[in-house]
Amino acid sequence: MDSGSPLRSGRNDGWPSAFPARSSIVAKAFAFINDKRVRDVFYQAALLIGLVALLVYFIRNASQNMVQAGIASGFDFLWRTSGIEVPFVLTNYTQSDNILALFWAGVANTMLVTVIALVLSTALGFLIGIARLSSIWLVQAIAGAYVEFVRNIPLLFFVLFWYFGVIAALPAPRESLSVFGVAFLNNRGLTIPLPDAGANFKYAFIAIAISCLLHWLFLRWAKRRKEQTGKDAPVLRVGLVLLLLVPVLALAWATLATRWDIPVLRGFNYRGGFVVIPEFVALLAALVTYTAGFIAEIVRGGIQSVPNGQIEASSALGLRPGQTLRLVTIPQALRVMTPPMTNQYLNVLKNSSFGAAIAYPDVVSLFMGSALNNTGQAIEIIAMTLAVYLVIGLAVSAFMNWYNARIALVTR
Amino acid sequence: MDMKTITFAAALLAAGTLAASAQQLAPSPTLDAIKARGHLECGVHLGLPGFSFANDKGEWTGLDVDYCRALAAAVLGDASKVKYTPTSVQQRWPILQSGQVDVLSRNSTITFSRNATLGLNFQGINFYEGQTFIVRKKANVKSAEDLDGASVCVAAGSTEEKNAADWFRERNLKVTITNFQKNDDAITAYDSGRCDAYTAGVGALAGQRAKLKVPDDHVILTKPISNDPQGPVTRYGDERWQLIVRWVLNGTIAAEMLGVTSKNVDEMKANSKNTEVRRLLGAEGGFGAMMGLPDDWMYKAIKQVGNYGESYERTVGMDSPLKLERGQNQLWTKGGLLFTPPFQ
Repeated sequence: MDSGSPLRSGRNDGWPSAFPARSSIVAKAFAFINDKRVRDVFYQAALLIGLVALLVYFIRNASQNMVQAGIASGFDFLWRTSGIEVPFVLTNYTQSDNILALFWAGVANTMLVTVIALVLSTALGFLIGIARLSSIWLVQAIAGAYVEFVRNIPLLFFVLFWYFGVIAALPAPRESLSVFGVAFLNNRGLTIPLPDAGANFKYAFIAIAISCLLHWLFLRWAKRRKEQTGKDAPVLRVGLVLLLLVPVLALAWATLATRWDIPVLRGFNYRGGFVVIPEFVALLAALVTYTAGFIAEIVRGGIQSVPNGQIEASSALGLRPGQTLRLVTIPQALRVMTPPMTNQYLNVLKNSSFGAAIAYPDVVSLFMGSALNNTGQAIEIIAMTLAVYLVIGLAVSAFMNWYNARIALVTR
Repeated sequence: MDMKTITFAAALLAAGTLAASAQQLAPSPTLDAIKARGHLECGVHLGLPGFSFANDKGEWTGLDVDYCRALAAAVLGDASKVKYTPTSVQQRWPILQSGQVDVLSRNSTITFSRNATLGLNFQGINFYEGQTFIVRKKANVKSAEDLDGASVCVAAGSTEEKNAADWFRERNLKVTITNFQKNDDAITAYDSGRCDAYTAGVGALAGQRAKLKVPDDHVILTKPISNDPQGPVTRYGDERWQLIVRWVLNGTIAAEMLGVTSKNVDEMKANSKNTEVRRLLGAEGGFGAMMGLPDDWMYKAIKQVGNYGESYERTVGMDSPLKLERGQNQLWTKGGLLFTPPFQ
């Protein structure tokens, strides 16, 4: 190649040639800044510093502006008396507690509806998803129609529909539906008896937990023995005793040994007991029916992703269709389903904030609604509410990632 | 130039600056912004008949709206130059704090903690409200004490929410309070049977009653459980704007006191011998100029909107569907609580 080649001339005229190999320190310095790894670290560090500086700027700017506008800031308000009456509390919150206690009461209500909705929508979603693949045309058509209907309607509509539907369907307190004379259902909610003291139930639950633990240990032992000696253990009989008989006996004992606060109709409504408010039922129903539509599609997709050969092979081995589904199809489908399921679970958590639309006392309604209005400290309150969703959401994600890793196909 | 001339010139300059600064007003960015954009931004209720309510033509009417109109007439000379921003219970403070509206006239109760921690000033009282309950006639409730065991629907974050909780707790009455994000949601829930009562102010209930399916099946308890004075609100800062907001309200009350109405305002301005009337209407005293407004600021407001009494009767009083008595909202000289410092 002659000297007129662009490559050569580029090398000769370019800046590296201005610092020839005479000085090895300079050359090393250039080698250092031209190193891809060094540059990567540098750019990332610069980005991080920039982001932190921006955040600090925003926070400082906001707090300066608030001081200038005479708006209170800081977290002192959390220790002020809340004064807000909450109709549905799982914690020990009362009206005379502080705003922090109100916050926790809201968080507990958010978690309650989320956890129950997660379990129920998964169950319903699986059912519908499997029904969509049914060989019976009617079942398949109904499941398909349900999915299409649910996926194309806004959630708010569902929430309001269930809320006013539930209230309208339930009778007034005087015409309450009685459940064995101890629980009462009306448009103020389901009033259930409450134990005067919970100690007996605590013992019962401890007994049940121990029995479950024993069962798990027994199964492990039985499995290992079967692998080593080939002998069968009485799994069914032991299971019945530990998982059914012990819990039933423990709960029966606790029920009989406890004095119950049975609701009585007096004046406007039943007094005593615990009230499951219609807002809870409506929100739960809306979340479950809505999310189940999406989960059904994930389940269908997951099952269809399992190659047909697997199912044919399992039939060839003599497995019945139910066994094929349970032992061959679903374990493989789960691998495909887990990542999109994580999305749906996070959606359930976030969608639970729709409870604010129907006066379900979740963290949005109580903390971002009532407390925010009483204190006016929007930035602090919204940041705390955000943190709640972030922490719960990350916990759900972490669990699902762990589960995903556990069931992932191990390849070598 | 010799030394004498320089001293003289400097003295002249100093005197001139001093004279000019005596004429100068404190800066009012809010007023300047209103004049520049040509209309007043006023925060009102989402829809509360009698106080702030948009009719089917999109025209806003009501007692709180009338205040905005009077303010626009005083500042811009035209009561129609107002842009209304409907706000929910939750939106009302941020929208004012952030400067999206110039003034909030939205039946909001004046309380200590709001004044002290929200960076907001209440500029007077245009309605003395008291909290009460609406119940079904067939429930046979005579007073709030009879509500023991009842469920009560309320708007979250309102003064009513806390008032009701405190009031029942002090009397050892067990009442379930269900908090909705909007007044309208709470009313709908009450109407559909979720609650035995809905609580709000006497005036607010008189207007909201019309939203129920069968208004005649319900009765408003007459004895209020609280005292909730309401009036226009501004944010901290811009003292001159606060002055204008306060004195336009005072001006409408003073006009009623002095017998100035939208009908006789021209005649009063021309012929009245009463110096306070003359100062109010800008015939003497130059009061408008002291705030950076034209001297006929209150003349325009009263001519176009009317005095407080006219406004009251038209929006919530006997000439309106609400038919509220003047009660506490009568002038102090006639047994009510309305009062204004003198225009002197």
